[in-house]
Order: sequence, then structure tokens, then C-alpha cells
Amino acid sequence: MPTLDLKRKLAILSDAAKYDASCASSGSVKRDSRGGKGVGSTDGGMGICHAYAPDGRCISLLKILLTNFCVYDCAYCVNRVSSNTPRARFSVDEVVDLTLSFYKRNYIEGLFLSSGIIRSADYTMEEIVRVARTLREVHDFRGYIHLKVIPEASPALVNEAGLYADRISINIELPKDESLVALAPEKDVAGIKKAMGAVRVSEEASKERGRKASPPRFAPAGQSTQMIVGADAATDGAILKRSESLYGAYRLRRVYYSAFSPIPDATARLPLQRPPLVREHRLYQADWLMRFYGFERAEIIGETEDLDLAVDPKLAWALRNRGDFPVDVNTAERERLLRVPGLGVRAVDRILDVRRFKRLELADVKRLSRGIEKLKPFLVCADWSPGALTDSANLRQEVEPQQLDLF
Amino acid sequence: MHVVRLAHETDFDGWRQAARGLRARKVPPEAALWTVDGEATLFGNAAEPVQPTDIRADFRVPKAFVDLAARVILHRSNERFTLLYRLLWRLHDERDLMHIASDPDVARANHFAKEVSRAAHKMKAFVRFRLAADEGGEAYVAWFEPAHRVAEATAPFFARRYANMRFSILTPDACVHWDMVELSFTAGADPADAPSEDALEDYWRTYYASIFNPARLKVGAMQMEMPKRYWRNLPEAALIPELIAQAQGRTDTMVRQAPTEPNRRVVKTAVRNSRDAPWDGQAPTSLAEVAAGVDHCRRCDFWRDATQGVPGEGPPGARLLFVGEQPGDQEDLAGKPFIGPAGQVFDRALAEAGVPRTETYVTNAVKHFKHELRGKRRIHKTPDAGEVAACRWWLDAERRIVRPRVVVALGATAGLAVFGKPTPIGKLRGQALQLSDQAQGVVTYHPSYLLRLPDAAAKAEAYAMFVEDLRYAWALAA
Repeated sequence: MPTLDLKRKLAILSDAAKYDASCASSGSVKRDSRGGKGVGSTDGGMGICHAYAPDGRCISLLKILLTNFCVYDCAYCVNRVSSNTPRARFSVDEVVDLTLSFYKRNYIEGLFLSSGIIRSADYTMEEIVRVARTLREVHDFRGYIHLKVIPEASPALVNEAGLYADRISINIELPKDESLVALAPEKDVAGIKKAMGAVRVSEEASKERGRKASPPRFAPAGQSTQMIVGADAATDGAILKRSESLYGAYRLRRVYYSAFSPIPDATARLPLQRPPLVREHRLYQADWLMRFYGFERAEIIGETEDLDLAVDPKLAWALRNRGDFPVDVNTAERERLLRVPGLGVRAVDRILDVRRFKRLELADVKRLSRGIEKLKPFLVCADWSPGALTDSANLRQEVEPQQLDLF
Repeated sequence: MHVVRLAHETDFDGWRQAARGLRARKVPPEAALWTVDGEATLFGNAAEPVQPTDIRADFRVPKAFVDLAARVILHRSNERFTLLYRLLWRLHDERDLMHIASDPDVARANHFAKEVSRAAHKMKAFVRFRLAADEGGEAYVAWFEPAHRVAEATAPFFARRYANMRFSILTPDACVHWDMVELSFTAGADPADAPSEDALEDYWRTYYASIFNPARLKVGAMQMEMPKRYWRNLPEAALIPELIAQAQGRTDTMVRQAPTEPNRRVVKTAVRNSRDAPWDGQAPTSLAEVAAGVDHCRRCDFWRDATQGVPGEGPPGARLLFVGEQPGDQEDLAGKPFIGPAGQVFDRALAEAGVPRTETYVTNAVKHFKHELRGKRRIHKTPDAGEVAACRWWLDAERRIVRPRVVVALGATAGLAVFGKPTPIGKLRGQALQLSDQAQGVVTYHPSYLLRLPDAAAKAEAYAMFVEDLRYAWALAA
């Protein structure tokens, strides 16, 4: 095989990594390079996106595969063994050098490393861990590291990965177990879930207090996963039910939804009907409502239903539950304010602060929110009551965006 | 008209001193004019500049205001000094003003502060260093144009991140230098002062172009977060027009292209693997087979929301076999029975009764975790009779392989699974009940029942009975 130069390898192995939606560098602990000998810092809370690609996605990390050779044959994946895509493999040192060189120029927050499965799960996982270990121990790198865990790898290797990584992820891939069997014959749902369970156990053990020596740190930014939307027939309700159960069982920080997009050299096993990108967007909105707005999944959507693509799920819920409105901004509890379409967490917190000192009028709410027209049918203020507007038959037409979101 | 001349555009201390002086002399906001040294004003020397001696120390303002002002002053708007002084003026009579986020002045200041924070964040994101070498060795230099005057305020971030790397960030307003010991600042510079290229930029552009997915073009979303004003200093931005122009064509080609034939060797391997597919559902003859089978069991629907099937644990020849109800949250994650809160009560009671757990076999009536979600928590749900019956196949297999002398049912669900009918615990505990396979059966409480009893006295009493029952069963099995 002819040897590829580094630039060509980078092109192949970042192209191969782009179907993973996650590129976050958030949620880790606060640390920096003072007192060390290398570079790097993480800010604790929010991450930094160093660039955006024309697909609107954040580029925060150097997201690459160690290799795109793979023994698995997952139908939805461009790197499956039966695809004729160009192949390449980085050496451990090449990945380490690229990461450090990019980091020193402030292109990235760190590394997101994944890999095709070569030889065995353990061999592959060992290689991934070796990159992280070299970065941390030889170069004292203190930036962000996200490692993909191969579910079939031995628990000891997963534990070692957690020692070096800020975040760990294992992809659940498809919302229905049956579709995983059909489309990814070598993958095993039970194995994926067990690996996620083991990660949660290690995470919680690392946070236990009261022992003499504090336990070693384990992936302080937690774990995440990704589901491909639109490659099987799962409804939005089924997808969100799966997310709900994953959040509950494994304390995931994030579930990423990735609308299935055409890949080069696709297999005939897949329907090439691509789902609209707005579907992915609505799933994220619904996911947000479950995590930050106190909505139960069943309130948003039934298991066999799909989300409304024309209006966001919060507005859709409000239109179905008009009896809960209007809500009085000057007296309602936080939980009820959070359910008003158009009011975000920040706006609600500001409203609660302001109303300790004065009664809010419509103009006040306008200054605290992103637009008053959509809010008016659902709110009562000191100088405003929607009257019959809340129950008017054509309310949906009034508040619905004029066209679908421009995607 | 009172004219205040500040030393420079971000002279917060100067503004603060002057503002306190003006406020003390009751100069209303309309009568104060703020300028920066070197700026010409219409009013020339119409008024005396305020002297620091005018300061009176007794006027206190909330810390929130001082923090906000320190950020707002970095904004490029000329209105910022006046706006801040107006807020200060009003704070004298309106003590709670800073809490009224809906007030037009507060909202405006918050808006400025937000834009400044965003500019600082974008500086952290979009500074691009280039490698330069000088007599001192390796150094990294960047040219950057921040949306607001945030260079000095953002410098400590870079010093923490690159503590062991010499760097300079040049901007039109001010330049930041880090020598691995301390930060220093110099006057604004010119783009020509920074290196014009870096060999790594080609690699960065390669990465940028390759990580982009042409099948999902969202130019608006990109520009919202990476406004065009920053593009001229971003090496990757030059690629954007071309990437956008080619996107549709590349996607069409992907969709149109017929799938290629996979390699013949690959197809052969796949066929062989599917032929040798494992496990066909025969009754298990060893505990290892039970464990594998339980995990793949689809006899009921619990497997969908559970992590794994949890088989029993213990030596095959154990004399005593315990049956609990079902795995809980912790057991589901770890794949082992009785390790959660109830497991801890169980372990303590076993120790008190003198029963070594490692010499017994511990399992559950139902092998998957049945639960419902309440918020983010998985709450245990009792399995019904049909589900217990479906899973009894596995329990029977375990009993057949382990061949215990005594089977202890912990709680009502276990009683149902072991005896095949409801077994009232209060009435039947403390006695040996004959089982069909020549083993003896004993019923007692489930350890989680002991956890749930609200009354301390009742709890102690039930716990004592529980220990007594364990001791009895162990003696029976001896």
C-alpha cells in the first residue's frame, strides 16, 4: 500500500468522523496549565466553539478517527467493511502532534477521538487510550479530551479511558433495538447498555466521599450518546422514549440526534429518503423541554406519534392545553412560567427577580423576552389580558411562523 | 455643562472617580459630558474638569452595578459613560434598580454587557496564533480585531491556557504579551506587525473542509455564530464560499451514485459469521449458560428499558439459595444481585446471623429491572404474576443446577415464584415448607421492606425477626 502523507490522512480521517454530531467541550472541571509543563485549560461550564462549518455545526475539538478500517458492517456507516471508501490509519504520535500543534495555535479546545474496529475491540480501545495517555502524561496536556468507548472493550480499558478523558461516549446508534440488529449486525444493544451502565458506576464511584484517599477522577464531563434519526422507521415518540430511558438509567449529559444524511458509497440496505433537518431540530427542542423545563416525555408526545414540524413542541403543547393559559406573569409559579411558549429559563428568572419590586407590564415583558407577539395570547400582565384570544379558533395560524424554518 | 476627560477608552477607574465626584455635587446626568483625552468636544473648555478632591466616600452602590459597569465600559458605544452615570444617579433614590431588568436603562446596560461578554468569548474562540521565532526562541503571535475593547480583560484567560508558551495578541486597541511569568500590555498595533503565515494553517483548512458535511448546508446558523466581521482574520474562512457553492453538487452525486459492489472477501466473511450465529434457546445446563441466557432473554418486555439481565451469584453446590424480587437501579447497572441499599441491609443481617454469603446462592424471581421513570429517576415497579411466571423458567433452571437443600423466599414476589402461589409471610415465616424438588422452603421479609418501615421500633422488631429467619434457614441447611 502506498504511504499517505499526513494531510491526506487528516482529510480521510476527519471526513470519516464527521457523522458524529457531538463536538462539545463543555461540562468538565476547571483547570489550566499554570504549574505544569504543557498547555491547556478547561473552563468548567460552557465550552468554546473555535469555528463553524457551513453546515452550522460547531467546531470545538479536533474530531478524528484513529483509523477508518473497520471489521463491522453497519449499513448507515460510511466506514463499514463493505464500503469502498478510501482508508487510512494514524499513528499514535501523529494524533498527539496534530492535537498539540492545533491547540497551540488556538484552533481547538482539544481532541475527540474515535476509531473503526481493527483486530479486536480491546486492541482498538488500547490504541485510543494510548493517545490520551501520551497527551496527558508525556505532554501534560490539560485541554479537553473526549473518547469514544468501544462497548465490547474490557472494563479495565474503559476505566483507564475515564482516567484521561473529560467525556466519554458510547453511541446507541438507532432508536429501536430491532433496527440495530438489522442494520448493524455486529453491534449488540445489550453490550452497549452494559458499557453505559459501567461508565455510570465508575462515574459515581469517583464522586464518593468519606474514604481516606480520594478516588481517581473519572470523566468529569460525564457521558453522552448519539442516535441516528431517519435511518429506520422509529417515530419521534419512540426516539424520545429511548432518550428518556437513557437519561434515567445512565445519567447521560446529552443525547445527540443526528438526522441521517446521505453518505458516499451508500448501501442498498438503506432507504435514501433523508429526513428533513427540521425534524432533528424539533427533537432537540423536545429533549430540552424534558431536561430543563420540567416536561414529562408523555406530555410532549405519545410513543407512536411524530412531532409537529411546523411549530415547536412547547407551542404545540400550549395549543393543546389552552385551559392552562393565560398565565399571570405577576403571580404564577416558576414551573408555570416555564411552560409559556416564548419564555426561556433566563427570561423566567429575570421576571421572578423583577416582580419582587414592581408589577410587570407588557412593555417590561417585551424587554425581557425575544418577542412579545407570540407571548400575548398566553400571558396576563398588569396592563394586558388576552381575553378570548387564548381560545380563538385560529390562534395556531396567528402564532405559527409564516413558513417552515429556513433549513 | 461639566466635562470629564478620561485618560483612555477603557479608563474604568477614571470614570468611577469622576462619577462619584459628580454625584456628590449633585450634577444631573444631562449636565455631564464624558470625553476621552484626545477627542475634540464641541464645548471645548466650557467647564472645569472634575478634580479627584471632590470625592466623598459615603455613597454606596450595589456590587452588581460595579461589576456591570466594569464590563459595559469595554463596549464601543459612545453612549456608555452617560448611560452608566445615569444609572448611578438613579441608584441614589432607587436602591433596587439593578434588580429591575425590565427598566429601559438597566436593560440597555445589560444588553451592552452581554455584547461585551460575547466579544470576549469570540476572542477566546477566534484568535489564531502563528508561530514566530526570535532570539528568545519559539513564540506565538496573533493579530485579532475584537468587536469591543476586550483584549486586556481577556488576556488572563490566554495566560492560564498557555502558561508555558510565549505569546502576543496584537489588536488595534491594545496588545497583550505573555513571557511565561507575567502579562504586559502595549498600545494598539497594525496587522503588519504579526507574522503573515503559518505552515499548520494548511492542515487546519484541510480539517475544516473535511469535517463539513455538504448534505446539510445551514449557512445562516454558521453566520449567526461566526459573524463575517471576524472572517478576514480566520485562515479557514477563505474556503467558505467554495464549500457552499459545491455543496449541492456533492450531495446530488452522493445520492445519485449507485452503491458499489463490496469486496468479495468481505461478503464471504459476513456469510460465514451469520451462519455461526450463537445460542439457539436450549435449556441451560450450567450457571454460565443461565447468565448468558438471562441476558438475551425476551420472554417478557423488561429487557427493553433495562441494561442487562441479572443472573444469580454463588457457587453451584450451595446448600442455601436466596430468592429476592428483582434487580434494582444499582443491580441493573452492575449486573450483580443485591448490591444496592437493600443488598446492604441483607449483607448486614447475614453477617449477624452468621451466614457466609459467599457460600450461598443469591438470585431474584425476576431477572430484569422493572421500573418507571419519574423525572430522571428510575422508580422500582413490582412485577405482576404473569411476569413472575415468565421468568420462573430461569429460577427453576438455577434451582436444578445449584440443587440447594433450602430455598429462602425474600418477600411476597419471591414467595410467588418459589411456591407458585401467594404465601403470607407473617403466618408462614419461621417454619420449613416442603417443596416439590425435595428442598425445603422458608419465607421471610424482603430487606427493602425493612428499609421502608417508617416506625423505628417496628423496624427494629422486623429486622430482628429477619435475622432470626436467616439463622433458622442456615441451620436447616446444615
